[in-house]
Amino acid sequence: MKETPLSNCEKRFLLRAIEERKRLDGRQSYDYRNVRVSFGTDYGCCVVELGKTRVLGQVSCELVAPKPNRATEGILFFNLELSPMASPAFELGRQSELLVKLNRLLERCLRNSKCIDTESLCVVAGEKVWQIRVDLHLLNHDGNIIDAASIAAIVALCHFRRPDISVQGEEITVYTPEERDPVPLSIHHMPICVSFAFFKQGTYLLVDPSEREERVMDGLLVIAMNKHHEICTIQSSGGIMLLKDQVLRCSKITGVKVAEITELIQKALENDRKVRKEGGKCGFAESIPNQKITAFKMERAPVDANDVEEQAEEIIMKADPPLDVFAKPILWTPGTAQIGEGVENSWGELEESERGEEEDDDNDPDTLEDPKMEMEDVSIVSKTKKDDTIVLSDSEEEEVVILKPEKVPKKTRTPTSSKQENSSKKVSNKKRKKKRVSY
Amino acid sequence: MGSEPEPGCALRPFAVEQGLLSRPDGSAAFVQGDTSVLAGVYGPAEVRSSRESPERAALDVLLRPKVGLPGVLERSREQMVRRACEAALLGELHPRSSVTLVLQVVSDAGSLLSCCLNAACLALLDAGLPLRSLFCGVTCALAPDGAVALDPSARQEKEARAVLTFAFESTEKRLLLSTTRGACSAKELHQCLALAQRATDTIFQFYRDSARRKFSKS
Repeated sequence: MKETPLSNCEKRFLLRAIEERKRLDGRQSYDYRNVRVSFGTDYGCCVVELGKTRVLGQVSCELVAPKPNRATEGILFFNLELSPMASPAFELGRQSELLVKLNRLLERCLRNSKCIDTESLCVVAGEKVWQIRVDLHLLNHDGNIIDAASIAAIVALCHFRRPDISVQGEEITVYTPEERDPVPLSIHHMPICVSFAFFKQGTYLLVDPSEREERVMDGLLVIAMNKHHEICTIQSSGGIMLLKDQVLRCSKITGVKVAEITELIQKALENDRKVRKEGGKCGFAESIPNQKITAFKMERAPVDANDVEEQAEEIIMKADPPLDVFAKPILWTPGTAQIGEGVENSWGELEESERGEEEDDDNDPDTLEDPKMEMEDVSIVSKTKKDDTIVLSDSEEEEVVILKPEKVPKKTRTPTSSKQENSSKKVSNKKRKKKRVSY
Repeated sequence: MGSEPEPGCALRPFAVEQGLLSRPDGSAAFVQGDTSVLAGVYGPAEVRSSRESPERAALDVLLRPKVGLPGVLERSREQMVRRACEAALLGELHPRSSVTLVLQVVSDAGSLLSCCLNAACLALLDAGLPLRSLFCGVTCALAPDGAVALDPSARQEKEARAVLTFAFESTEKRLLLSTTRGACSAKELHQCLALAQRATDTIFQFYRDSARRKFSKS
């Protein structure tokens, strides 16, 4: 699907509104949209909503061999996916440039800032380390993917619990969550990206651009900062020329925003921790708000299993009888069997020989389209045992048709004789031609 | 069987939220117990000329797992959901166009395929696409001792001898899809089929109630 192009009048409208310091959703220039964080039942699963932009994050871990040049450090792997659900423009394998840019920015923000202590992920130096994998899926694109993704990543990492392990010499024992409580990751600080959109060659600045504003912007500045006012990553794209004090002003705004967002994240994590400790219900079912008219819930509903057998019998009786099944195979030779007659050969006059037939392995899962399955003539071959050799019966040899060639002149000849032959042929041709002309 | 319903024969608590995403034409988040699937539908929309059909809309289903790249299992599930949707969708009313259904697994705690089917149906409904009937998915798990569990959790599915998933349409409760994993006798299959058919009453009533609530004024 193609992205609907932005019309000129819409573009002009947005730019004029920005000049008058107005935004389509009524925000001020430096206002952020509402951030909402919800957690799933698994550890490390969260959904972050930045306005209408929605990102799903999941952290998982695995024991692997470490990289050879970093034998005592764990491995971090980040993967942001733009789901085709998020926007009609996102098709599989089409949005590579934006995807690469976002992934790279996310990696720089989280990996290079060393917010996660990779040394603590080491289990046996040089042999086994934890590989932490962060998968982010963009579910709805309403602008500012990178902010939502960075929040989702850091929240998921803070929420995640890895299995507890104990090392005795060379033996590693991994405990299941039932045996021992899983252990949180050691996170030094929480870097969060804040995006600034610039319009009219840097004259106007908007924080947290929405999707429409992103389409008309000139350039984008992304600053990743933690609550200690340390800049983790800074990137300016779009080719706009920024003045030094503009960048400084943006970093000050970032500091304020990051402090707010970090507080929100801490509160959400604390709430979730409390709910889990008390054994309350957690998960996405709980995060679906009851009051919304578009949401509906139903409690556990028992299904009456009485008389199920009678109902099953009824279904069988009412159903059409199955078609005739040719169940008796005819064994021609060891290794060749036939079920059914097969269809009349429509290729011409070939001798009807035993046809080799294929067997469909009945592996799980079986997928039936309809209870009334059409029984085509399924031909089956029994698998040849390796010991038996395939013996062609005499009858097959009789049916083999040998093409007898016509009398072909001998190939071994001396060159002179061939020339003579050619010349004789030519003479004969000429003679023929003469004859024709005369008539 | 006795007169009391068996404890395994109950559907887990359901929850649905429709129209939660702003970009897709229709969207629905379906939660069955702890299993949650988010479905988004775009359509009827422009179609590539290679996929174009002059008779009906071209339906594409994409199933994205939460962790890792989609593999063969996702592809096979996509095809199953696609066949069930094709049976219900009136594609003939939108020829030379495409309908794209994207399913995202938000959490998997058993009965994933039936949750995908339910989310798909509600997303198609939310998008306003013309449907011949509604459809729903039900999963049954056969324990090694022969007990049938409806809407099994992940643990029940792992310990089960066979896991059967059925899809039914709403007008006459006819079967749209049947897929099994594991071994079961024909009699057990018919029993599970009958039990699943009964469960669809509850599910379709749930659909109707949620739709009624969405369009209510209070």
